[in-house]
Amino acid sequence: MEKARPLWSNPLQFVFACISYAVGLGNVWRFPYLCQMYGGGSFLVPYVIMLLVEGMPLLYLELAVGQRMRQGSIGAWRTISPYLSGVGVASVVVSFFLSMYYNVINAWSFWYLFHSFQDPLPWSVCPLNANRTGYDEECEKASSTQYFWYRKTLNISPSIQESGGVQWEPALCLLLAWLLVYLCILRGTESTGKVVYFTASLPYCVLIIYLVRGLTLHGATNGLKYMFTPKIEQLANPRTWINAATQIFFSLGLGFGSLIAFASYNEPSNNCQKHAIIVSLINSSTSIFASIVTFSIYGFKATFNYESCLQKVILLLINSFDLEDGSVTADNLEQVKSYLASTYPSEYSAIAPQIHNCSLESELNTAVQGTGLAFIVYTEAIKNMEVSQLWSVLYFFMLLMLGVGSMLGNTAAILTPLTDSKFISSLLPREAISGLVCLINCAIGLVFTLESGNYWFDIFNDYAATLSLLLIVLVEAVALCYVYGLRRFERELQAMTGRALSWYWKILWAVVSPLLMVGLFIFYLSDYILAGTLQYQAWDASQGQLVTRDYPPYALAVIGLLVAASTMCVPLVALGTFVLRRLKRGDTAPVS
Amino acid sequence: MLWLFFFLVTAIHAELCQPDAENAFKVRLSIRTALGDKAYAWDTNEEYLFRAMVAFSMRKVPNRETTEISHVLLCNVTQRVSFWFVVTDPSKNHTIPAVEVQSAIRMNRDRINNAFFLNDQTLEFLKIPSTLAPPTDPSVPVWIIIFGVIFCIVVVAIALLILSGIQQRRRKNEGPSEVGDAEDKCENTITIENGIRCDPLDTKGGCVNDAFMTEEERLTPL
Repeated sequence: MEKARPLWSNPLQFVFACISYAVGLGNVWRFPYLCQMYGGGSFLVPYVIMLLVEGMPLLYLELAVGQRMRQGSIGAWRTISPYLSGVGVASVVVSFFLSMYYNVINAWSFWYLFHSFQDPLPWSVCPLNANRTGYDEECEKASSTQYFWYRKTLNISPSIQESGGVQWEPALCLLLAWLLVYLCILRGTESTGKVVYFTASLPYCVLIIYLVRGLTLHGATNGLKYMFTPKIEQLANPRTWINAATQIFFSLGLGFGSLIAFASYNEPSNNCQKHAIIVSLINSSTSIFASIVTFSIYGFKATFNYESCLQKVILLLINSFDLEDGSVTADNLEQVKSYLASTYPSEYSAIAPQIHNCSLESELNTAVQGTGLAFIVYTEAIKNMEVSQLWSVLYFFMLLMLGVGSMLGNTAAILTPLTDSKFISSLLPREAISGLVCLINCAIGLVFTLESGNYWFDIFNDYAATLSLLLIVLVEAVALCYVYGLRRFERELQAMTGRALSWYWKILWAVVSPLLMVGLFIFYLSDYILAGTLQYQAWDASQGQLVTRDYPPYALAVIGLLVAASTMCVPLVALGTFVLRRLKRGDTAPVS
Repeated sequence: MLWLFFFLVTAIHAELCQPDAENAFKVRLSIRTALGDKAYAWDTNEEYLFRAMVAFSMRKVPNRETTEISHVLLCNVTQRVSFWFVVTDPSKNHTIPAVEVQSAIRMNRDRINNAFFLNDQTLEFLKIPSTLAPPTDPSVPVWIIIFGVIFCIVVVAIALLILSGIQQRRRKNEGPSEVGDAEDKCENTITIENGIRCDPLDTKGGCVNDAFMTEEERLTPL
């Protein structure tokens, strides 16, 4: 008798698992950036349209496939067509790449979390230089938060060619991050199902606390006004729509096989249509909610910096001209400047180069995304709040929950096909397979703790998943509708769940979403080809800022390998299956 | 004669204390920035206190224990509240070298600041750099302690889960074999209860219990 497939204890665990996986760091650090760059409030229009046209249907498709086939991605696509099991293999490869570098972010979150228990926070003050008369030079040129990130956390080298050695502190944190992930996936759905209650709900608690705190900060309204004033002209920019489509696509985590894996542990009669709609709506609202929090924090930071800048200018003026302390304020600054320029022209022109033009707009315009937002901009805002240790601990704990939730989905995508395979599961028990996968990923992940590790991280972040996923999901949609047959799948779904498939889903699955995928794929391909050489941002310690450099040839080779390793799986496996079948037919022909 | 002497003294003093004079230091106070509403006005009494603090600092220097308040000269007081000062030697003809004054002020900076409710940023001695407070470095970095705690918790939890998983699997493997043993025993020994053999009861097909049958037939002819 076959061993029963493990199931979620109740449908709520499945929904929480999907939410925990989909709501990840991208909602916190990518969506606010896109919102700011592409028109503020008006970005919501393409975002919602893409959600309805692309996000929901593709999510429903993956969940339906997983629930129907009741196997991981490789097995599911093999059932649809033996030539298409390459799609499943490609999903596993991409998930493998993702889990390699994604857990490094959790390691950094751990690092910052452990350092939040100090007074003062280590990133709020610059360390002193050798003879204690001033601050460290690199820290003076950059800011204390940038110094802590680039020097203390990453100890980054000036370029990708200089790899340096493994930094033991981030390596320890990476080990801890992998042990935590192993603990959560050890028992399969039994343990994962309980962990996702926390990883899905705790980030919302922290976000709500931050929302209340953020909105009461001085200057928060500046940030909110800036973000939500719609710039309608951005709607005409095609990049706005492309970025909205891309954000929906990657935010839901389509194509990795995690959603198929989660859905395969469902009861066959589960209403996955309702769950697909719920998960996608919650994911998008979380993005918008997180961007409200982010922009109130931005506004606070920008206002703080603007007022500090004004104070510096005022101090400069009263020191140079011996004016009474307190006579120059932000209100009369312009009048005083013009008065001084006319009365003491020579002295004024002597100090004129040092007088910065402080502008709130330019402070708000510094749009940042990714690790820069999470670890530099947010920490800068947190260090200026009262009781900063508490806010810091809450914030990094939230980042950790978001990251671990997504990691659970990634590892499920890798482990489910492995444990489904009878060959591997007969050799080793489930705990040993999970342990082996975690160990291999941890060992390879040590590359990202080198001094040049952050540059390799950027390579993986930008290129490992983008193009491959578009291809994978495109093939998925086309395979389901045209190779397996949409009507056949519709009949099976109806038999399984008892609900008919409405025409809305049918049109989207068969026509609209594949066309969108093709458009996005062509756009990105042409973008990469037209860009010529690829460049990256390197940290220059002597200047205290980022500079642009070209990738060396071997880095370009690694990028090419990353993309090829996953995309080539689809045609190669199809070819391999075709050849094997030919051989088998050749073997059996003489007998019959 | 006295007037002449007076003018001479003030003239010499004026020469000793001038902006950018030898061994002169500029001081800048930002009282309103530091104290806001509680700011006090800078008047001659405050200047007297300042001169007293500088004289006090100089008296702490070996060989300069005889410095008096009158040896400290202030000049060029501006509205900013900034001024220059020099410290003269007992003969009142020369100024004390800048190095000595600098080291004296640095040693007693804290007390000078406190006398005026100010700090290093709001009471500035230009050209005298303040010694920055070193950050407190505990012997064991705090983060390693917290890391160690969480690491141990996670490792213990993993070990517990793995061990309980192994135990469960062992129990499952032994379970079916135990039930199998019991069945074997029953088949080998023929037990008799109430004069009826047990083996008819073990057969899967189910079988008629003779003791029961006769009772029924007697009582229910319907």
